[in-house]
Amino acid sequence: MNILTKAKGFWGTIGLIIIFSVVIQFLINGGTLNSFYVNALFSIGINIILAASLHLIIGITGQFSIGHAGFLAVGAYISAIVTMKLGLPFPVAILAAGLAAAIAGLVIGIPTLRLRGDYLAIATLGFGEIVRIIFLNIDYVGGASGMTVSHLTTWPWLIACVVITIVVIVNFTNSTHGRACISIRENEIAADAMGINTTYYKVMAFVIGAFFAGVAGALHAHNFYIIQPTNFGFLKSFDILILVVLGGLGSMSGSVIAAILLTIISTFLSNYPEVRMVIYSLVLIVMMLFRPQGLMGTKEITSFLKIGKSAKGGVQHDGKNTVA
Amino acid sequence: MEQFIQQLVNGISLGSIYALIALGYTMVYGIVKLINFAHGDVFMVGAFIGFYSITILDLGFFPALLISMAACAIFGVLIERIAYKPLRNATRIAALITAIGVSLFIEYGTIYIRGAQPEAYPNNIVPLKSLEIFGVKISGQSIMILAVSIFLMIVLQFIVHKTKIGKAMRAVSHDMDAAKLMGINVNNTISATFAIGSALAGAAGVVFGMYYTKIEPLMGIIPGLKAFVAAVLGGIGIIPGAMAGGLLLGVIEALVSATGGSLWRDAVAFIVLILILIFRPAGLFGKNVREKV
Repeated sequence: MNILTKAKGFWGTIGLIIIFSVVIQFLINGGTLNSFYVNALFSIGINIILAASLHLIIGITGQFSIGHAGFLAVGAYISAIVTMKLGLPFPVAILAAGLAAAIAGLVIGIPTLRLRGDYLAIATLGFGEIVRIIFLNIDYVGGASGMTVSHLTTWPWLIACVVITIVVIVNFTNSTHGRACISIRENEIAADAMGINTTYYKVMAFVIGAFFAGVAGALHAHNFYIIQPTNFGFLKSFDILILVVLGGLGSMSGSVIAAILLTIISTFLSNYPEVRMVIYSLVLIVMMLFRPQGLMGTKEITSFLKIGKSAKGGVQHDGKNTVA
Repeated sequence: MEQFIQQLVNGISLGSIYALIALGYTMVYGIVKLINFAHGDVFMVGAFIGFYSITILDLGFFPALLISMAACAIFGVLIERIAYKPLRNATRIAALITAIGVSLFIEYGTIYIRGAQPEAYPNNIVPLKSLEIFGVKISGQSIMILAVSIFLMIVLQFIVHKTKIGKAMRAVSHDMDAAKLMGINVNNTISATFAIGSALAGAAGVVFGMYYTKIEPLMGIIPGLKAFVAAVLGGIGIIPGAMAGGLLLGVIEALVSATGGSLWRDAVAFIVLILILIFRPAGLFGKNVREKV
């Protein structure tokens, strides 16, 4: 495939997304979509960003991190401080949230990424809890009762953030750096022996993932009117992890599809609060028993579209060694 | 000074509960390399079974403890057979997600069956008077907790080191395939591990209920996580390590509470965890093994 057709496909997709989002905007303005659907739509968008950002860390780089809610919390609180306490505009808040989360990612990533597998998972889980407890104990951001945030997340901001996240992460994956990250996922020791600076790339993927989680945090905070430390416990981290695993580790489109599907399922199940979590957990167990590689495995949706052509070689693997 | 010793006693009581749960984590991890997130919920189920045995069946403390341990052992084996066994050769992350799913299922299944309202353990089950040594008041319940925990740990050490099933467990945890070749029934051994670990969690649940009075369906989450921290602290897969880790964690928490940082108690547990992982990844009792290519 030459660069020209690739670029054409890219702009074509962007065009379709713009048309789609304008249509949605008209539906929202016209009142065709009531607030229930609009809320579901916003949750889907935020979850897509979260799933994509964790996909970069777990699916591409193979670093088993389950403290993603920590970055979400950092983003949410920093953005809330920027808009509510400092009175700056929303775009600044999004950027500040991303940067703050990225810095948090750097601080936590450099020491902990020397660990691997379950140990890294537990360390990141601990980090997520520490972030939650820190916010719980700071009176400036309201402590346990939380912080009220005005509703600033609008559809154009949301769709723009989603598209930018996906474009950046897909391009990163297909770049030299992304290849290096994939080689770390496949075999860290071999990658190291081939001269790849594994620490550098692991931290890099971690920081980029954290940045977008922070962006999602800003959108989350300005969508729900109130943020509380309890929203960012490790159950939230698990929710994000589940999106990535259910979609298929190493598949970007899988993460996005899982984010859409699961958000829809849990939104509709919220009408039945007493059985919601029971069904949710059963779905999870059954899914893992019958299709442990996730919905898409490691395939991308584009590989289904071009039948007969070989799919991208480097991205596929047997899925056995994803997490050390 | 008296205050300090008082906190130390509280810490040891709390720590021995952590240690009991941590033993289950460490045994299961040592054999199937799975962080059994549902373990904290088995602890919760144990607390409830003990509660119902005491209030509805009108049993004393020890019969309730035994019933709870037996029921939890069966429960643990069921979880293993239904949810974990089919995934034994799947990726680690799939097994972990299943464990999270099982954990959520037990928590919300319990809420669905009996509602989310908390229950209070009757506080007159143990007829022990509190002791006073050099001005330090040690409640009868603290002594009871410590005695039960130490007894169960000794039994566990005996099972692991002196019995046939213990030998099989050690062999499987060392090398599952080689154990299979030597004629060890790996499935039964793993089930036995889950049974023993879950029975200990059940005992911890009853003891916890007796000590803290209040039990509720989501009570297993935080002690479960802390127990895992304790297991990592001592070196995961190492039984004396889990005991030491649990006691140490309990004491650290009690001391942090004593210095006025009770809000930071949970955070301190995780900070200790991260520090241990960074400076001594194999835990306090573990040996560092270099990974081969």
